[in-house]
Amino acid sequence: MRSVYIAGMGQTPVGEQWERSLRHIAHDAIIPAIRDAAISRADALYVGNMLSGDLVDQEHLGALVADFVGLRGIEAYKIEAACGSGGAALRTGYMAVAGGLHDVVIVAGVEKMTDTMGRDTTAGLAMAADQEYEAAEGVSFVALNALLMRRYLYEYDIPYGAFGHFAVNAHKNALGNPNAMFHQPVTLEGYRKATMIADPINLMDSSPICDGAAAVVLVSEDYARALANGRRPVRIAASTVATDSLAVHDRRDPLWLEAAYLSSRKAYAQAGISQTDIDLFEVHDAFTIMAALSLEANGFAERGRGVRLAEEGEIALTGRLPIATMGGLKARGHPVGATGVYQVVEAALQLQGLAGVDQVANADIAMTQNIGGSGATVITHVLMGE
Amino acid sequence: MVSPNDSVLLRPDRAVGIVGYGAYVPRYRLPAREVARVWSGRDAELPIKEKAVAGLDEDTATMSIEAARNALARAQIDPKRIRAVWVGSESHPYAVKPTSTIVAEALDIVPLTQAGDWEFACKAGTEAMQAAIAFVGSGMAPYAMSIGMDTAQGRPGDALEYTAAAGGAAFILGAAEESLARIEASLSYVTDTPDFWRRAHAHYPSHGQRFTGEPAYFHHVSSAAQLMLDELGRKAADYRYIVPHQPNSKFPQRVAKQLGFKPEQYQTGLLVGRIGNTYAGSSLIGLSAVLDEAQPGDRILVVSFGSGAGSDAFSLEVTERIGAARRRALLTGDYIARRVEIDYATYARMRGKMVMK
Amino acid sequence: MSVARTWRTRKQRYALVGERCDYCHNAIFPPRDVCPHCAEPAQKEFALSGRGTVYSYTTVFDPPTGFEAYAPYPVALVKLDEGPMITAQLTDVTSEEIRIGMPVEMVTRKLSEQGDEGVIIYSYKFRPAFEQRLAA
Repeated sequence: MRSVYIAGMGQTPVGEQWERSLRHIAHDAIIPAIRDAAISRADALYVGNMLSGDLVDQEHLGALVADFVGLRGIEAYKIEAACGSGGAALRTGYMAVAGGLHDVVIVAGVEKMTDTMGRDTTAGLAMAADQEYEAAEGVSFVALNALLMRRYLYEYDIPYGAFGHFAVNAHKNALGNPNAMFHQPVTLEGYRKATMIADPINLMDSSPICDGAAAVVLVSEDYARALANGRRPVRIAASTVATDSLAVHDRRDPLWLEAAYLSSRKAYAQAGISQTDIDLFEVHDAFTIMAALSLEANGFAERGRGVRLAEEGEIALTGRLPIATMGGLKARGHPVGATGVYQVVEAALQLQGLAGVDQVANADIAMTQNIGGSGATVITHVLMGE
Repeated sequence: MVSPNDSVLLRPDRAVGIVGYGAYVPRYRLPAREVARVWSGRDAELPIKEKAVAGLDEDTATMSIEAARNALARAQIDPKRIRAVWVGSESHPYAVKPTSTIVAEALDIVPLTQAGDWEFACKAGTEAMQAAIAFVGSGMAPYAMSIGMDTAQGRPGDALEYTAAAGGAAFILGAAEESLARIEASLSYVTDTPDFWRRAHAHYPSHGQRFTGEPAYFHHVSSAAQLMLDELGRKAADYRYIVPHQPNSKFPQRVAKQLGFKPEQYQTGLLVGRIGNTYAGSSLIGLSAVLDEAQPGDRILVVSFGSGAGSDAFSLEVTERIGAARRRALLTGDYIARRVEIDYATYARMRGKMVMK
Repeated sequence: MSVARTWRTRKQRYALVGERCDYCHNAIFPPRDVCPHCAEPAQKEFALSGRGTVYSYTTVFDPPTGFEAYAPYPVALVKLDEGPMITAQLTDVTSEEIRIGMPVEMVTRKLSEQGDEGVIIYSYKFRPAFEQRLAA
């Protein structure tokens, strides 16, 4: 296998992009990534996206976006793994370069979620769950996470407000990220007063519906050397995927993200590290409960202790394991199919020392984890600064 | 061969009885004073105390399924041996598409069964029961199921809104030898009397106000009951219970008294004050309440009434099997006791009375 | 959901018909042809009793399309007595009354309607078990 490097990055501000359609948003991330990498050609374009068919009646994004950004003729297609689509697209690009089939691959994640009415978007997101035996019963995606959070609070006897620390951290870090959707700090007091959307999940436990796109250019080692621009080279040291049952009710233990466990274990082995070596972690905090469960499954906290990590300040930029360093899904925003690519862009910025006020000191190894559904697909990447 | 007989009594060749019965009443109650508060604005005499209201996710099909499950639990028979599922109602969820197939599928009675929906205002359920008696009594079927169930609607502010309620009961008919109550005889008394009706696309029924009394309810119920007594050579005192159709608290008590019955004979089956008029379910859920406490040897006279108009009368005798069967499912009173009071606004939402588009 | 798609799962929705694995004897719901416990083929029909307890619950305040008329409504993960867990709505109960561990029983209820002219979809829901549990 060949080493794979990130040669360029692009991202759009996350939010309600009323003036821009799905193809424009993709363009707004891909063109900056191409310029950033200073490449003159690419072998392939992989587009991570979850909901274009359902929310904007558009599939076939590979050809559409390739043509729209001036890459007509290139190999291109869409990769879908629910909210893990961006991570899955990155994994596809990684395999193409690592396997020696391509030297230069563009990976984009894009999502347009604001063209539909709220309940239709809600129904669309529920497609990440088992349509016949979860969504068909009127259970929204938020509700599935609420079922997990309620059980977590019960099993581990966690006080209700404790999850608020995740929201506080994410919003604090988002203040330093110009592309983040929210630039308002959140307090624990504000968390406790937030509107309930599926109890115990309130607005502050939950990532927002939004538009956005992010892109990276992946290249082989030879190309990386040729394109060297003085910035610190960032290598993808691990790229792994694992799956679990689609439906939460089919899990052997609903409070254990087996796919996250499997995916991160493979990633640690691939990168030749242990979890204690990781300097920052871009966690899939679509809901605060997901952040807690993934911290546990990835070995950063004992079972039932994921929330304590947040309570004890360990997840802050200066803590033992900074998470959501530029706002995370909660405050940067969660344009679902784009999220996995945003995570990698942010992790790479951290390793290159370009994260501004959000900079984690001495960051050499970063992990990103993108989750499809409520834990059914988990995609982990480890990035190393060289 | 059995020769045709000229008796007005309907009696099959083979003796038939009820082998299983089950009631259902939804949990919500709208007090009549709530309707009066919104629409009448004065302290008039109320026709009942309160009525049962179906929840947002309930309709005649779902309520029939639960009553039928109770009946099947009591009958303890293989559902695949039930050869007919007949649901009588004036509130079938579909205008075209049977309620009965939904019930038959839910109870695993399908596919070798009759399935049909019956309509004759408030006596659709007893019509279905007579047909089930015939189906079993002719030897065509080992078992047949008849259900009377409704989620009745009254026009907002109309006298019927105080009483039009949700509930009913299901019965499995089988051979008399294995029954918990034998059907001694039944009869049907019908004329063309338009006292109450609903046109094809109308949401609410219309009625002839006081015309619904003497020429309609009282004439048909008392005629059917009296004929039954006369034909069987019986008096009111020969019955432990009578269950007339119950559109309000007054009518059934008055007709029972006119026929010579005493309060202790009609109180047990008189549920209208607590659950309202459950239309096709009304006399049948009254019968269910009686079977919940009747003893072997007790005789029961049931007289339905359907607007349009007609009455079906049934004479039953309770058997030794009643005690064991009764305990195998929830009692009518269990459902009545499960009570959540709602206000008129909640009722209006539950029953789709808000204009949403 | 399309008419055909709902119809195909009628035995599951009306009567909780799942499977029992011939090899490891676990009860399975919904049916899935391959046993999730031992990966052997599992195709023997088995109707679950419909009795279970609440494993977790929540309330849907912002419903997906098709469920607006019923919101807010409680949903739960119910651990069935025979073993499988099921995702379903709770009914005949207010959110304040629900507790983890509460015994519940299956009822068949209206799940959604496809507009005024479409089909009505019926499915399992769970309600608090009646206190007087009767010996069958």
